[in-house]
Amino acid sequence: MEKLINDFSFGLFFWQTLIFVGLIFLLKKFAWKPILDAVNEREEGIRNALLSAENAKKEMQNLQADNQRILQEARLERDSLLKDAREIKDKMIADAKNEAQAQGLKMIEQAKASIESEKNAAMAELKLQVSSLSLAIAEKVLKEELSNKEAQTKLVEKMLGDAKLN
Amino acid sequence: MVFSNKATKFILLLTLVFAPIFGFANESDDLPVKSEIQVDAHSTQANHEEHAEPTDIKSKIDAFKQHHVLDAHEFSLFEDEATGAHYGFPLPIILWDNGVQIFSSSKFEHGHEVAESNGNYYKLGHDEKIYKTDASGTLTGDEHHPTNIKPLDFSITKSVLTIMIVAFLMFFVFSSLAKTYAKNGGISSGVGRFFEPIVLYVRDEIAIPNIGEKHYKKYMSFLLTVFFFIWFLNIFGLTPLGINVTGNIAVTAGLAIVTFLITNLTANKNYWGHIFWMPGVPTPMKVILAPIELLGVFIKPFALMIRLYANMFAGHIVLMSLIGLIFIFKNWVGGSLSFMLSFAISVIEILVALLQAYIFTMLAALYFGSAVEEHHHDEAHH
Repeated sequence: MEKLINDFSFGLFFWQTLIFVGLIFLLKKFAWKPILDAVNEREEGIRNALLSAENAKKEMQNLQADNQRILQEARLERDSLLKDAREIKDKMIADAKNEAQAQGLKMIEQAKASIESEKNAAMAELKLQVSSLSLAIAEKVLKEELSNKEAQTKLVEKMLGDAKLN
Repeated sequence: MVFSNKATKFILLLTLVFAPIFGFANESDDLPVKSEIQVDAHSTQANHEEHAEPTDIKSKIDAFKQHHVLDAHEFSLFEDEATGAHYGFPLPIILWDNGVQIFSSSKFEHGHEVAESNGNYYKLGHDEKIYKTDASGTLTGDEHHPTNIKPLDFSITKSVLTIMIVAFLMFFVFSSLAKTYAKNGGISSGVGRFFEPIVLYVRDEIAIPNIGEKHYKKYMSFLLTVFFFIWFLNIFGLTPLGINVTGNIAVTAGLAIVTFLITNLTANKNYWGHIFWMPGVPTPMKVILAPIELLGVFIKPFALMIRLYANMFAGHIVLMSLIGLIFIFKNWVGGSLSFMLSFAISVIEILVALLQAYIFTMLAALYFGSAVEEHHHDEAHH
């Protein structure tokens, strides 16, 4: 112990403490603080990068699930659209058919009506002509009758023959 | 040998590195010759040397060990005892003795001469202390413990110089590491990159588990500085430069006192409550525990100081003793055995250098942790 105390050099102690404490403060300012800050920043960066990668992965998965879902929905929609379209087509065809039928019937009806009216008109005209022709024949026959018996007969026959041609 | 046959003794730690080459050569031829020369040299030198130098190799090694673990006022690389030539460089001496006295340590002539400064005379003792003396350099009391006045010695000694070098080195390494982050987009580069994992280790394995996520940041500067400071100094101590800084009680005391101050100045109410009025024990026990706990406050940093000092000091002594054995054995078997042993010990010492830095930092963090801990007394103490 005596040797220990004797070996103790105050000057060395003084310089050592002075230099050491000075070194702590110098290194704190110029080395440890920048080093630890940079390392912390880097670690923070790595942590953030890992986190965002994880997030991106999750987002990707979400997106994929979304895509799947959307695809599924689209498929369903397509199916339903196709079904609808088919139904509409069928309906349209049926409608068209009905319409056409109705239209046809109506046209046939109209045609029938117009044929009827034409026929009636024709009949009326025929009647008119027949009556006027009959009158003309009757007039001529009467005239011939009045002049020549034989000639009258001939004339009637001739008239009749004409009428046949008509 | 690279050194001539007249070269007798160079720093023993240097031999650690060159032991496989030089150690055996010494044993066979050089050493006997060397010893004779030393003895001769000594008989001639004995007249003007005031203190009796040990003459046999065992006490020489012992004296060298004793000397090495001390601080020194000059940076001596190796010396040639036969010619008395020292290889190294002097360091400035700064004394506080009625004003500041500054002179070069070369004035002491390696402890043989009396240095004069502004009419004051100083002599370098065997224990590397500077004593105030008169012009003829008389020392009172016995030779190893003079009773002369010791002026306050603020010299830039070998240890102080080493601490300065380490401080500059640390500043250079870690500030350049800090700069690379900005340049390189948050990723370190260059030499400092080697130290980044260690910095992170100190943060993640020492500071955060012991102090807690909430408070650790304010202690990081101290913990990192002390860790690398001790480690670098320990490693410097293993180089053949013969430096023993962390094995010096004054240095470890400085570190321990800083730790002590930080612990107690940042401590919260809880910490003091635990010391003076231990919660959860009966009142008489509280009275008994208070002085024990208070003693613990001082014992903790004291243990830090002694642990680091003793470990490094012992490491140096063991290593030098084993290397010294090579010179004592002077034969192939003992020399190579000593070499193997000293090699193994130096490898262990490299581990110890790191381990002691780790332990000091770890325990400091533990003490800081206890100073800022937030307890729930009722559950914690039953």
